[in-house]
Amino acid sequence: MVEVQETMKIIVAIKQVPDRDAQLRIDSQAKWIDEADLQFALNESDAYALEEALQLKEKHGGEVVVVSAGPERIGQTIREALAKGADRGINIACDDLGSLDALGVARLLAEAIRSENADLVLTGLQSEDLGLGQTGVILAELLALPHASLILHVEKTDTGLKVKRELEEGWFQEIELPLPAVLTIQSGGNKLRYATLMGIKKAKTKEVRALASADLGASPAPVVTLERVTLPQKQKTTQILPGSPQEAAKALVEKLKFEVRVI
Amino acid sequence: MSGILVVIEQKENRIARISWEALAAAQKLAALESNAQTSSQVTAVVLGADTEAIAAEVAAHPVAKVIRVDHALLADYTPDAFTLALQQLIQKENPTQVVLPHTYQVRDYAPALAARLGQVLISDVVQIADGPVFTRQLMQGRLNGEYKATGAGPCFISVQAGAFRADPAEASAAAPIELFTPTLDAAQIRTRPGKPFRGSSQTVDLGSAQLIVSVGRGIKEAENIPLVEALATALGAELAASRPICDNGWLPMERQVGSSGQTVAPKLYLAVGISGAIQHLVGMKGAQCIVAINKDPDAPIFEVADYGIVGDLFEVVPALTEAVKAAKA
Repeated sequence: MVEVQETMKIIVAIKQVPDRDAQLRIDSQAKWIDEADLQFALNESDAYALEEALQLKEKHGGEVVVVSAGPERIGQTIREALAKGADRGINIACDDLGSLDALGVARLLAEAIRSENADLVLTGLQSEDLGLGQTGVILAELLALPHASLILHVEKTDTGLKVKRELEEGWFQEIELPLPAVLTIQSGGNKLRYATLMGIKKAKTKEVRALASADLGASPAPVVTLERVTLPQKQKTTQILPGSPQEAAKALVEKLKFEVRVI
Repeated sequence: MSGILVVIEQKENRIARISWEALAAAQKLAALESNAQTSSQVTAVVLGADTEAIAAEVAAHPVAKVIRVDHALLADYTPDAFTLALQQLIQKENPTQVVLPHTYQVRDYAPALAARLGQVLISDVVQIADGPVFTRQLMQGRLNGEYKATGAGPCFISVQAGAFRADPAEASAAAPIELFTPTLDAAQIRTRPGKPFRGSSQTVDLGSAQLIVSVGRGIKEAENIPLVEALATALGAELAASRPICDNGWLPMERQVGSSGQTVAPKLYLAVGISGAIQHLVGMKGAQCIVAINKDPDAPIFEVADYGIVGDLFEVVPALTEAVKAAKA
């Protein structure tokens, strides 16, 4: 009997976010952070979404397409995804991504990928900057596709997919769903790969389709706006123990012994 | 358009605290709105296939009424059925706001539900002020963002665990209960959920540990874990970790503290190289004493810490291990 290998066309929506260790300063309007001199990186759960896509492609054949929206600097992150093994990219130029709400961003992505008729659309669970955790789920709604979120493992079956979904407090659940579908990927399901030198070289010649957000239809006015960015208020007064590591350690042991009484 | 709907989540006829916190948030919102001279009433909503008992439990709480959205196809959660059922209810009730607990289930359907009604969920809200202005965290808790809803439709918000204080049920007269039967068809449900199961056998019960030393991304490499392990041993503490450590396989998943791991409430929680993303904080902020060792003085972990040492953990932790040993000797 001949096994029919159905290949998969997989789209991965990725986001470039400020690097985790970047020093953050609120901008002068208190509307966002000052992006000057900031380092950016691929959002962590999006990296896991890309990894899942690459592994599915290695198993079943097909194509992995990354899509991202943002200012010019996102080109770098798209190239990195291509270097890791994605086949091509879609770059949606959008200088004022911050003025869009989650629905506006998902609409841009949906319009950019609709004509691709992909079998599977993956995104990370949530971004490290805004942390809304909604893009993938809204994308499914806009594309009228079934979805599952917080996914750690994806398996292709005869009828579609069987996925492992994370629940709270160490519980999990398997979900079956037909293709095409949208999944949001939780971090930790796979081991992330690094780009190889060969991959980096190849990435330079891979196709990146440039789209302008204006090409994707008028975006309606946002229904939710970020009015102000502030520094969080401390919930407790932290007593910082000063001095050299030895001095601070000694001071802490005193506290643990005489105030917290755990030594 | 009037009134506030609050969705109470139940699992096998049990209601978790976060749903009562969502109710408290809805009441806070109602109080703000009534200052603005529109009378706002809070209606609680429960969904399921056999909701009589759970609706009665909710009705004992201070709500104007309880609507039980009941249908055989709501027995097991699916995003399709929940979205359709709530869409129909919201279109009938036409509330000004819909408040939900920020659970994994809500994260799975509420963004789609809001989008279907042309709205956007303001997710993971930690504070509500006059306006209403909804505060949520940005940049993994390093900053706060203040959001406003500017759309015409109902405003959707989900509230973070622990952000609002759930009041005990008042012994007032039980609120009236209404039945709402959504129009659902099995063919509309595209996903097939399996029964929830536990992950790896849980041999470590961090929940009852009195002392916990927990390690985060600051430890940099798996080879460095023994450094923190030695401190835990010296203190007689359990070793725990934040998510990235377990994602990388440096410690087993069962040692993970946070929304996707265990919730702990020890006498001492000593966080080493943990920045304090909200997913971690919700799992440990009930600790009686929190100590943080971190090189970044602005790390959110210091917002909840009682004692802090700002410094290089590779210097501080060995010094602390020695000091603990000396104190115990």
